[in-house]
Amino acid sequence: MSRLCIMLTIAVIPSLMAASRVSAQAAPSKQIGAAENPNPAPAPRHDISGIWDPGNNGIQPLGPQAMPEDGKPEHQPPYTPLGLETLNAHKPSNGVRSVLPGETNDPVVTCDPQGIPREDLYELRTTQILQTPLNVYVLYEFGRIWRVIWTDGRGLPKDPEPRWFGYSVGRWVDDYTFVVQTSGTDERTWIDRAGRPHSADLLVEEKFHRVDHDTLELTVTINDPKMYTKPWVPLDKLRFRLEPPNFDVREMICSPSEFAEYNKVIGKPASGQAPQ
Amino acid sequence: MRIKLATMLLGFLAVSVPLFAHHGAAAYDTTKKITLKATVTEWFWANPHCFLKFDAKDDKGNVVHWAVEASNPADMVNLGWSKESFKPGDEVTVTFEPVKNGQPIGRVEQVVLASGQILKGRVVF
Repeated sequence: MSRLCIMLTIAVIPSLMAASRVSAQAAPSKQIGAAENPNPAPAPRHDISGIWDPGNNGIQPLGPQAMPEDGKPEHQPPYTPLGLETLNAHKPSNGVRSVLPGETNDPVVTCDPQGIPREDLYELRTTQILQTPLNVYVLYEFGRIWRVIWTDGRGLPKDPEPRWFGYSVGRWVDDYTFVVQTSGTDERTWIDRAGRPHSADLLVEEKFHRVDHDTLELTVTINDPKMYTKPWVPLDKLRFRLEPPNFDVREMICSPSEFAEYNKVIGKPASGQAPQ
Repeated sequence: MRIKLATMLLGFLAVSVPLFAHHGAAAYDTTKKITLKATVTEWFWANPHCFLKFDAKDDKGNVVHWAVEASNPADMVNLGWSKESFKPGDEVTVTFEPVKNGQPIGRVEQVVLASGQILKGRVVF
């Protein structure tokens, strides 16, 4: 069975992506945010596939949409003492605790993968979702990253080997709502741009709800008893609009060599450090 | 060409959300804008940030080598910029936020080309 899954994966993904590339040549990219259709068709059943655009609301530079790090008490996650200690060891370059570019220890700045849930909570750009009989693939513009969500009925692994993007399983809870659970995310990743931490016990729930044919909503819930006293919701019904199938998703890659040049010319001098 | 601090505005009235998210705003004096007439020396089209290098003279006539960062190529294309927007020797007028520590570094607000075309560097909600 697992061999069949791999074969299907290998067979399906390149062909779908090739089809996307071919059609993209005929249609140039558009400005961020598709025009809103005032009378969208009803949502199709058990289908969240498509090219989805959250517009600029997905960038979330100051922390996630529902819980930005703006110093307001209502936006403070319910940290445990360990959670607060770990948070304070993280030096973000945005938000109320921001440091200079040369002083941050944000793993993403040096091009490490964002992992889950941060892929939803920072630099969430145009997102392509593909469905096969066995799994759902999510292709992210930022980092040109893709991930697999298994829908073949398997559960989460009991003692997962850490992965940058963890292990994800998904199921339909009604005709229009697809719920994903992810565990096993590498502890080096941060929850968000603000440096909220997680442990190896992190369990992430993503709820994709297709409101109508043209609209998808994403809600994310964090559950990590080591770091937080109760579950909290960093993203609450973030809206995506459906782009046409020939939409050309641009490339947005953290390039180590280009980052080094940026750091030499901008980052280090701006931080009062000598360029290398 | 003389350096001109044509505009130094204190306090933004507009609520703006910068696209320059990767490296944050901590280094920049977001209460200031500087506008300079400049000569482009390099336009670096790259991830995670593009940046524009240019020369401009200060009030004493000395040439200062500036570098101002922009966002990533995908964002810049959405804003109407391209890899071909500038070439060395282009005469432009650059508006930017300077860094706090006095280095000739900033992050771009807009560039006016010799043709009069205005390229905006950030999204304002």
